[in-house]
Amino acid sequence: MGAEKNSCLSGKGLTKVFGFGRTRTLAVDHVDFDFREREVVSIVGESGSGKTTLAKMLLGLINPTEGEIYFQGRKRDISSQRKKQEYWKNIQAIFQDPFSSYNIFNKIDTVLLDCIRMRGGGKLPQAKKAELMTEACSFVNLKFAELTNKYPFELSGGQMQRLMIARIFLLKPKILLADEPTSMIDACSRATILDYLMKLRDETGMTLIFITHDIGLAYYVSDTVYIMEHGKFVESGSADRVILHPKEPYTRRLISDVPKIYEEWDLSTV
Amino acid sequence: MPNAVLEVRDLTTKYVTRFREDVYAVDHVSLKIEEGQSLGIAGESGCGKSTLALSLMGYYFPPLHYTNGEIVIDGRNISGMKPDDIRKTILGTEIAYIPQAAMNALNPTRKIINFIEDVILAHDPTENQKFIYDLARASFEVLGLPAEVLHKYPVELSGGMKQRTVIAVSVILRPKILIADEPSSALDVTSQKMVIKMLKGLMETGFIKSMIFITHELPLLYNVTDDIMVMYAGQIVEKATAKEAVFDPLHPYSKGLMGSIIVPESGLRNVKLAAIPGVPPNLKKPPEGCRFAERCKYVRSECKVTAVPLYDAGHGRTYRCILSEKVLREAYQHGR
Repeated sequence: MGAEKNSCLSGKGLTKVFGFGRTRTLAVDHVDFDFREREVVSIVGESGSGKTTLAKMLLGLINPTEGEIYFQGRKRDISSQRKKQEYWKNIQAIFQDPFSSYNIFNKIDTVLLDCIRMRGGGKLPQAKKAELMTEACSFVNLKFAELTNKYPFELSGGQMQRLMIARIFLLKPKILLADEPTSMIDACSRATILDYLMKLRDETGMTLIFITHDIGLAYYVSDTVYIMEHGKFVESGSADRVILHPKEPYTRRLISDVPKIYEEWDLSTV
Repeated sequence: MPNAVLEVRDLTTKYVTRFREDVYAVDHVSLKIEEGQSLGIAGESGCGKSTLALSLMGYYFPPLHYTNGEIVIDGRNISGMKPDDIRKTILGTEIAYIPQAAMNALNPTRKIINFIEDVILAHDPTENQKFIYDLARASFEVLGLPAEVLHKYPVELSGGMKQRTVIAVSVILRPKILIADEPSSALDVTSQKMVIKMLKGLMETGFIKSMIFITHELPLLYNVTDDIMVMYAGQIVEKATAKEAVFDPLHPYSKGLMGSIIVPESGLRNVKLAAIPGVPPNLKKPPEGCRFAERCKYVRSECKVTAVPLYDAGHGRTYRCILSEKVLREAYQHGR
């Protein structure tokens, strides 16, 4: 699947070790991956399997102990602050908790203007900026006119998460990493958020990486699924293959633990 | 005929805000649970699920106030009782409640056995230590929890184990009804399954007679409860058996909710998710007519004028919509 497409982000032998001596913990253990352009990837695992550590390494927030990350075929270089900022133009993230994702002192205008500035639109005329912001807000069904002069905490959780997507719409990164984007909101808003993310992928052609423990979500959205256990990828492949015909016992157990509606949910296996 | 363990008639409770505005978070709710039955309550955030759970216990503290209605537990009317009497004679022995963040409610400086002591002594201060210890050990054994947990501190337990311990502590006095408010939403799938297995086991082992299970995760409700009640903006909009509620919903809101289910099963990948547009109404000023009218795809002009009562569709099934069953089913067929 997608073999003809170019590699967008790949990793070789990526490892992260926390602590040393007796407290040494192998959080991510020599993982290899290759995410392609326009691909929707899910990394699924239980709590403590190292998903978030991997995400932080991909974002360049923590340095890997070992291994390399390649961005668009070239070795990623984030040795200086300037290079890091250059890299962050290409990769952006949405986090689990929208309430703690915003700077509480910045108004919503500032949040969105920052995105325009990051794209090099800092010198555009006021009217053009406003137009861009309105467009971004209407993409996620928010009204920019109602949001000006408001602070992020005046919005509801679902609105904040949508504003986050409006930011991504302005930034147009090559890769979007979504770390549990829907686990704090209820099922109805979840569908809306997923809709916007998929629409954004179709429009901008970015690579979408979902980090989640929700197997249903992974199955629904992604092309490729990676199953993570104790810092290792135990199984990967197309969503249909991995979720419907799992090979590894761990994957099978994980899937059997999710409540189903068409099949019998077997409670005797715990 | 099985007797009703819990019967609620026309229960209305309100929150009073700082500016003396009334918010009716539970609005004329009636329900009935028979012995051995479980009821699931579904709905989006802020629809009044948790407030209903609090109201059912009859234990009100500001800003939540009781307005009217009756709560009858096993033939005993508890509405209007003083909070102190409720705490001594109802909570724990008649109704037990597991709040959302139950596992964070454990005091980190006390051992699990101390919590059990507290619960039992609050109801009967004369019980001796040995009796408490034996009861705790016996209960933990039946519930499949290791006895050494009793002498551990909460920090020594994993999340799933903490949650199961809280459940065990709350049912130790064998209450008639257990209200579980999102008991598994902070856990990963495997611990969730263990918690669910334990909750289902509680009814089989006779610890509780019936259960109310609150969550917004519909696949979970479908697997756990007999009946599902869907709430919207403080009102019941539909009540049906779990199977009917998931596969054949009548109210447009329930239909929307069921459309947002995501499960890892074949064939569901290409089904488009049905998102419900808009936001729930502000309950400070609820709309005159149907509360869902603003967001409803099948809205008619008369929907917004008069309030809609609950219609009885037979077989214990009720829904709150002015359209008839037939019209609704036809509309859904064309919609898909």
